[in-house]
Amino acid sequence: MARLELKRVTKAFGDNVVLDGIDLDVGEGEMVCLIGASGSGKSTLLRCINLLEPIDDGAILLDGDDISEPGRDPRPVRERIGIVFQAYNLFPHMTAAENVMLAPRRVKGLDREALEGPVTALFERFGLSDRMGHYPDQLSGGQQQRVAIVRALAMEPEIMLFDEITSALDPELVGEVLDVLRDLRGQGMTMVLATHEMGFARELASKVCFLHGGRILEQGPPREIFAAPAHERTRAFLRRVL
Amino acid sequence: MPVTKAEAAAAEPPQAPHPAPSRTRRQLYEARQRRRSLGIAALSTGAVILFLVVLIPMAPGWGAVKRSFFDGEVFAQTFPGLLQAFLLDVAIFAWCAPAIALLGLAIALCRDVRAPALYPLRLFGIVFTDIFRGLPVILVIYLIGFGVPGLGLPRPWNSPYIWGSLALMLVYSAYVAEVIRSGIEGVHASQRAAAASLGLSDADTMRFVVLPQALRRVVPANMNLFIALQKDVALLSFIGPVEIFRQAGVYKSLLANFTPYVGAALIFLAITIPATRYADYLMTRQARART
Ligand SMILES: Nc1ncnc2c1ncn2[C@@H]1O[C@H](COP(=O)(O)OP(=O)(O)OP(=O)(O)O)[C@@H](O)[C@H]1O
Ligand SMILES: [Mg+2]
Repeated sequence: MARLELKRVTKAFGDNVVLDGIDLDVGEGEMVCLIGASGSGKSTLLRCINLLEPIDDGAILLDGDDISEPGRDPRPVRERIGIVFQAYNLFPHMTAAENVMLAPRRVKGLDREALEGPVTALFERFGLSDRMGHYPDQLSGGQQQRVAIVRALAMEPEIMLFDEITSALDPELVGEVLDVLRDLRGQGMTMVLATHEMGFARELASKVCFLHGGRILEQGPPREIFAAPAHERTRAFLRRVL
Repeated sequence: MPVTKAEAAAAEPPQAPHPAPSRTRRQLYEARQRRRSLGIAALSTGAVILFLVVLIPMAPGWGAVKRSFFDGEVFAQTFPGLLQAFLLDVAIFAWCAPAIALLGLAIALCRDVRAPALYPLRLFGIVFTDIFRGLPVILVIYLIGFGVPGLGLPRPWNSPYIWGSLALMLVYSAYVAEVIRSGIEGVHASQRAAAASLGLSDADTMRFVVLPQALRRVVPANMNLFIALQKDVALLSFIGPVEIFRQAGVYKSLLANFTPYVGAALIFLAITIPATRYADYLMTRQARART
């Protein structure tokens, strides 16, 4: 059964219908890539899944449980679904380690001593052990994004959302961040990501979804989508970005 | 693959370095320019000062003004007393400032509450800042400083120190609240989103993520407010306390000379000029850091 299921999800900002009936299944251990032109609603979709934006209609099911019900406390859901944004993720007044420990301490009630071990291990795993005491402005963009990923992982989420986490980076820093995603993919993390990195999507995605006009116009394994897109619009989009 | 000119240039091996001149042509030029501007600034400043020193004493009333405002003997005689009185200004400032900081913060937070049950708090925050920012300080001091003791309160409670200080606290915490609120609003929305996405509560988001950034940003603006507060303490003299301004007035009547006011002004400036300079310095440093 799918871990995460979107059923006819609709979202408008005023008259601007951004999501117009999105259906999507994300299975355990899958990596789903959302592609589509700027403004097609990729970020909005991810923010809706994390309950940062309320949806207008439809339903979002997490293990069969409707998390999008109006009036429901979003916080338990956010503990289970982590998200990393394109930029401005880190809290600039805290060191990398403090950034990572804040939520486990305040939300899960863990104390510093209990966190020290696992947090250090996470920093080590992503090659950041010598950066724990640094403030965000002392880190490169790539390091900042890796710390942001570590911070989300420290909450031990079951599903991770990534919103174009490499698109604000200098080209030479993209690789190190994609390596982290590759690592997570290898660990079997369930992930949904909005991305402009087509090569990466083709290599690792279990499923690629092309968003257009508020709908998923086409979805399928990367082989199919990239090699033989069924829709003219998908073809046109891919011609532009590849 | 076509290779652009820039790429081709970048690919070329770096040129053998010239024997580096001790200073580049540009540096030499800039140093010359700097010397030139410094010279011009010094010259023109000197000219203006000379002009003032020569011209002002030529004014018909200068003799009288000099006697009544710049009397060295009166200055020496009253300055220690003025300093003594200024300690009261500093003391009033010292007990008002922390209260203002706390009250200002509390009111800023009131205005930010979202829960409908707490709407009265929000309303209170709005009304409070509207009223106390909308009134002249001296009017609030009169109304509270004369009005409340006028209710016939028993002894320590009718002191103008208490009610005058309260008036300053109310007015200044309204200003501080507005400054803090602008700082809170200046924190990028994505910071709140990042905090929310981690499951932090609204209160924790405010306390650990938004406020620390907001308060840091408004330090210079708040410093300017506290400098203004130090000056406005002198307004309490109108309802009783013999602080420096009032003391200068006493000396003036006693000695029939205005020099004590000049002494008082110098004492204020000795505090406020370094403080404003420091606030300006913080402000420019912050502006630079943000770009
Ligand atoms: N908070 C908001 N208020 C109003 N309109 C919004 C808001 N957020 C997004 N939109 C609109 O929703 C549409 C989709 O935006 P979204 O950011 O989801 O696109 P995207 O696919 O992520 O684009 P990009 O590739 O540029 O990141 C846009 O037209 C945008 O203007
Ligand atoms: Mg986006």
